[in-house]
Amino acid sequence: MYDGNKIIPGLIIFVGLVTFPFWSNIGRAAYERPELKLDAVETECVEPAEWMRAEHMRLLDDWRDLVVRDNMRLYVNQAGRSFDMSLTNTCLSSGCHANKAEFCDRCHATLAVSPSCWDCHVVPPTPIVEE
Amino acid sequence: MALNRRSFLKAAGLTTLAGLGGHAAMELLAPGALDAAQPAKIGAFPEALIGKRWAMVIDSTKFTSMRLSQKCIDACHTAHNVPNIPGKQEVKWLWTDSFQRVFPDQRNEFLPVDIKHQPFLVLCNHCDNPPCVRVCPTGATFRREDGIVMMDMHRCIGCRYCMVGCPYGARSFNFRDPRPFIANINHRYTTRMMGVVEKCTFCEDRLARGLMPVCVEASEGALIFGDLGNQDSKVRKILRERFSLRRYPSLGTEPHVFYLI
Ligand code: HEC
Ligand code: HEC
Repeated sequence: MYDGNKIIPGLIIFVGLVTFPFWSNIGRAAYERPELKLDAVETECVEPAEWMRAEHMRLLDDWRDLVVRDNMRLYVNQAGRSFDMSLTNTCLSSGCHANKAEFCDRCHATLAVSPSCWDCHVVPPTPIVEE
Repeated sequence: MALNRRSFLKAAGLTTLAGLGGHAAMELLAPGALDAAQPAKIGAFPEALIGKRWAMVIDSTKFTSMRLSQKCIDACHTAHNVPNIPGKQEVKWLWTDSFQRVFPDQRNEFLPVDIKHQPFLVLCNHCDNPPCVRVCPTGATFRREDGIVMMDMHRCIGCRYCMVGCPYGARSFNFRDPRPFIANINHRYTTRMMGVVEKCTFCEDRLARGLMPVCVEASEGALIFGDLGNQDSKVRKILRERFSLRRYPSLGTEPHVFYLI
């Protein structure tokens, strides 16, 4: 083989680089499902938990546009229950996800998602007591 | 095979028909199945106040000293988490100014002294022709059907064109994170963040819950709020009976805050 002394080390380096994601992961902790804590009084979310897990970001975006742009604030789910379409007053209320740090944040941190909503939307230091 | 223009158009027409027909057939066989992803019902609260054209009347004869004005301002600013930043980076939804600066086209050297020194409440005028809406490049500020000029903070990019456009100076920019400047954060409302513009919203969030704007509630009857689209509303009645001024009417913005003098 002509120039074998260059080609073979080159190939070895190439294969090493291409397989980097595989061997760099050896010995590291495998992905673990985050421990989410739900100390909610409510047993049901606005929609089934399975659906919320996949679609909550879209639901929240819809709520945001409906409230701010279309002046609609009332959400009646399929079971006929009504909700105020509000991030702080509904989702983070004392009956639901007041423990944002142990629920929303834990999952988001594991998956490297960082919603910017909390720059404006208030996370109550102590749960809001429903009036 | 050469496809000539004629046979191409025929084929295109047929596929369009099939598409439309297919949709119609689906609607007949399984109504609603095509746009099924909307299981929930959405609407306004039953107690919401609905108006055709919201407006505010300021009875300036009752705002002779700063006491009542300050009470309204404090009520507004605490309810909406408006930061208290001194100096040029000030943020305000409701504030006061002198007669000469509120109504510069009423230039008059011989004004009564008490009017000359009286504080006049000023806020967003919720114009019919809002210049801020015309210049906003993202549609973040828009005029609602009921006349309220809204801010959609989610779309604001902080370009400040609206602040240049507004002849009333009703808009404030957040030059810095406002949270350290809010004494007590009201958890029922949001704050804003660095880099967005804010202003009075005629308390649309309260109207949606059947409540009057906070400043009106705090005003001991000196601020009157209501629907100009309703012949019998309190605002229509009072404007029929008493003389009122609006700010810079010659600009054609059609402001909807009226001052009883
Ligand atoms: C620049 C500030 C800002 C940011 C960032 C922001 N919001 Fe908002 N949001 C607001 C304001 C102001 C309102 C209007 C509050 C009202 O009228 O009650 C609002 C209203 C809403 C509402 C409806 C009313 C309520 O009480 O919640 C939803 C839902 C919402 N936002 C979702 C979101 C989501 C989701 C995000 C993040 C992806 C987000 N917002 C980021 C400022 C912001
Ligand atoms: C089981 C995991 C999980 C939990 C629990 C969770 N989220 Fe999320 N969330 C996600 C994932 C994954 C994304 C990113 C989706 C994407 O990028 O498409 C996301 C995205 C979002 C977004 C959109 C961010 C953006 O920039 O548009 C918002 C808003 C949000 N979550 C709010 C919440 C809130 C509020 C809670 C708690 C009440 C919560 N999430 C709990 C997994 C979770």
